[in-house]
Amino acid sequence: MEGRTVLEMRDISKEFPGVRALDCVKLEARAGEVHALMGENGAGKSTLMNILCGKLKMDGGQILINGRDVDIRSIKTSIALGISMIHQELNFVPALTVAENIFLGKEPHRRWKAWMNQSEMVRQAERLLKDMEVQIPAQAKMMDLSVAQQQMVEIAKAISNEAQIIVMDEPTSAITTEEVQILFRQIRKLKTQGAAIIYISHKMDEIFEIADRVTVLRDGKYIGEKKTEELEENELISMMVGRKVNELFPKEEARIGEEVLRVEHLSGQRFEDVSFTLRKGEILGFAGLMGAGRTEIVRALYGLDKITSGEVYIHGKKAKINSVKAAINQGIGFVSEDRKLLGLVLGMTVRENITLTNLKKYCRLQFIKKKKEKQTAEEQIEKFAIKTPSQLQQAVNLSGGNQQKVVLAKALLSSPEIIILDEPTRGIDVGAKSEIHRMISGLAKAGKGIIMISSEMPEILGMSDRIIIVHEGRIKGELMRQEATQESIMQKIMLKQE
Amino acid sequence: MKETQIRGRTYREVFEKYAIFIAFILLCILLSVMKPMFLTPANLLLVLNQASINGILAIGVTFVLITAGIDISIGSVVGLAGVTAALCAQREIPIIPSFFMGILSGVLVGAIVGLLVTKGKLAPYIVTLGMMTIIRGVALLISGGRPISGLPAEFGYLGNKNLLGVPIPVIIFVAVAAVAYVVLMKLRVGRYTFAVGGNMYAAEASGINPNQIKMFVHLVSGGCAGLAGIILASKIITGQPNSGEGYELDAIAAAVVGGTSLAGGTGSITGTVIGALIIGVIANGLDLMGVSSYWQQIVKGLIIIAAVLLDRNKKRQ
Repeated sequence: MEGRTVLEMRDISKEFPGVRALDCVKLEARAGEVHALMGENGAGKSTLMNILCGKLKMDGGQILINGRDVDIRSIKTSIALGISMIHQELNFVPALTVAENIFLGKEPHRRWKAWMNQSEMVRQAERLLKDMEVQIPAQAKMMDLSVAQQQMVEIAKAISNEAQIIVMDEPTSAITTEEVQILFRQIRKLKTQGAAIIYISHKMDEIFEIADRVTVLRDGKYIGEKKTEELEENELISMMVGRKVNELFPKEEARIGEEVLRVEHLSGQRFEDVSFTLRKGEILGFAGLMGAGRTEIVRALYGLDKITSGEVYIHGKKAKINSVKAAINQGIGFVSEDRKLLGLVLGMTVRENITLTNLKKYCRLQFIKKKKEKQTAEEQIEKFAIKTPSQLQQAVNLSGGNQQKVVLAKALLSSPEIIILDEPTRGIDVGAKSEIHRMISGLAKAGKGIIMISSEMPEILGMSDRIIIVHEGRIKGELMRQEATQESIMQKIMLKQE
Repeated sequence: MKETQIRGRTYREVFEKYAIFIAFILLCILLSVMKPMFLTPANLLLVLNQASINGILAIGVTFVLITAGIDISIGSVVGLAGVTAALCAQREIPIIPSFFMGILSGVLVGAIVGLLVTKGKLAPYIVTLGMMTIIRGVALLISGGRPISGLPAEFGYLGNKNLLGVPIPVIIFVAVAAVAYVVLMKLRVGRYTFAVGGNMYAAEASGINPNQIKMFVHLVSGGCAGLAGIILASKIITGQPNSGEGYELDAIAAAVVGGTSLAGGTGSITGTVIGALIIGVIANGLDLMGVSSYWQQIVKGLIIIAAVLLDRNKKRQ
């Protein structure tokens, strides 16, 4: 069955200083369908959606809603037209309740507009949540909910706006597999109610599970629209990157050598009695659910959090890690899961970010040696294939994939022997992803010991030599590359505590 | 596309740095057309002399602002440093060590503020709000609430003498600006200052100790305030416990007019210097035109708001 076309965006163009972000792009969304919008980072997806939501003004083109030409001047007009966007970074007031957030700006009122009808608001919110069949108390504070629950509230808000077009920008980037299913159930429900959903995600399996149609953008241009059932994964990838990506996990055989790191009975904030070893040339995967304590373990190893008990041995020698500086000096490099929070100073230039951790090496007395710094930045930009117009570009202006490469370039500048990668490819596009995987393989080949945390099973399975399963702050098991499968990992996680 | 700026690095940013300079030049041209008196060397030196104290305070506070902090205790430090130096001179301690003690009192206040902000984990605004009152109290207490006068004539040299025809306060202002520029733009600690202000967590994950940097900027701010305090005391050859009241706001205004963001991560010494000069030139110009000081305050406030508005619009493009 073919849904009625609700939204038609025609020949949309948008120019930023120096960049043509969108060049005559089109998008058609139909009632009762999930329409995936795909493309690498920087392809123009967000720009297109921001135009639809009234955040940005287009330079040229036409938007038709239900066949009528509309002029979206502000977020307010877009809401009035029935467009609702659920952002990647959720937009809500944490200290207000669920009901207050849902009705923010359109509170039910009594006789006078200034006088809110609190009980009516709660009643309506409860009804809304009940219709969605989710168990969220309407009077709970937003900040006390899980990310997935917060998302549900955002969806409730979209429904209460009587949105006919709902845009979801990477809604699954911060929720667990089970929560994804809850989300998908809601999406299917919205479909049957006749909403048109525009779904942005980098995760292939999700697209094929939930989307009916895909529109692909590349470098600000419209590449094509296909029905998902007529589409192969490889075809979709090559549409997105404009070339064949033959190997997503280019795992190379590296010689596994002597032990570089041994951790014994390590305890700290939210993890307990953790022991493992890491060898030269080895990629050690840390698998587990979101919030299992994996990040906490590596944060402590990098000196960001306190180690309360246990020992760390580096090259067989007992090591004391009480600060980040100590960790760096002992040859530990760390790439955080949150590049915007911990990885980069976004307002600083690419060059300044690259040298930040090792700035001392580029100083005489206290003076920064500009020439040497510049030359190093140039080398790193080339080595890591960072796409930037200049090393004086601010990090904030790079795409996610390139930002991540800057973080890698920064962490690896002093060639640490032990490299910790926490979700190294989260939120970056397929092209950059396979490049980063290739780099990781290369590092292992060069004899580095690598710890890689990933919540993407295919990544863990594809890249690791050995996998450690972490659950609720403890190590629940270990699997060699040959014996590891998605099922065997899940089994270990589910295993009851002895 | 978001465009937050940090230092005059890209072409666009270099242009923006010149934009405030151009505004400054235009202002000067306008004033010299309206009042030819403005452009005389004597008047220009007067402007510089009057702007130097605010300029030195503003440079100090720029460091704090770049780390996303704030220091509103510096006005009181001006009073404390003047009184301290005057009390020392009164007790026949030689002039130079007396001045040194004055500056030291400022550094000491900076150290206390720094400790409260880093170890006490208190918000800089609250800490310095408290310190503003405390330090004013201390200055009044040690001076007995009275101006300390009858000081040796040499006490007034620093604030009133010329060197090669240039008032000494102006020379100190230029020197402080030059040193601050080098520290902020050429030294490692300057880079770290921007990093801590831009993203404290990323700085920490890069092995930088944010507390050290915060301590450093408060020492700089306190030291600059101490220096400004002794210059002011020397100018009037008196240790005046009430001097410097409200100066903190002029200093922060100069930094903000010069493009330093209160949100941290952004700012420059050249900007702050020009900001201080703009505020000085406007005060001078309004003086020359015989505008009442009440109006001057209104104009100053409008300029601060206009500068921030302009800056925001530039970023929004």
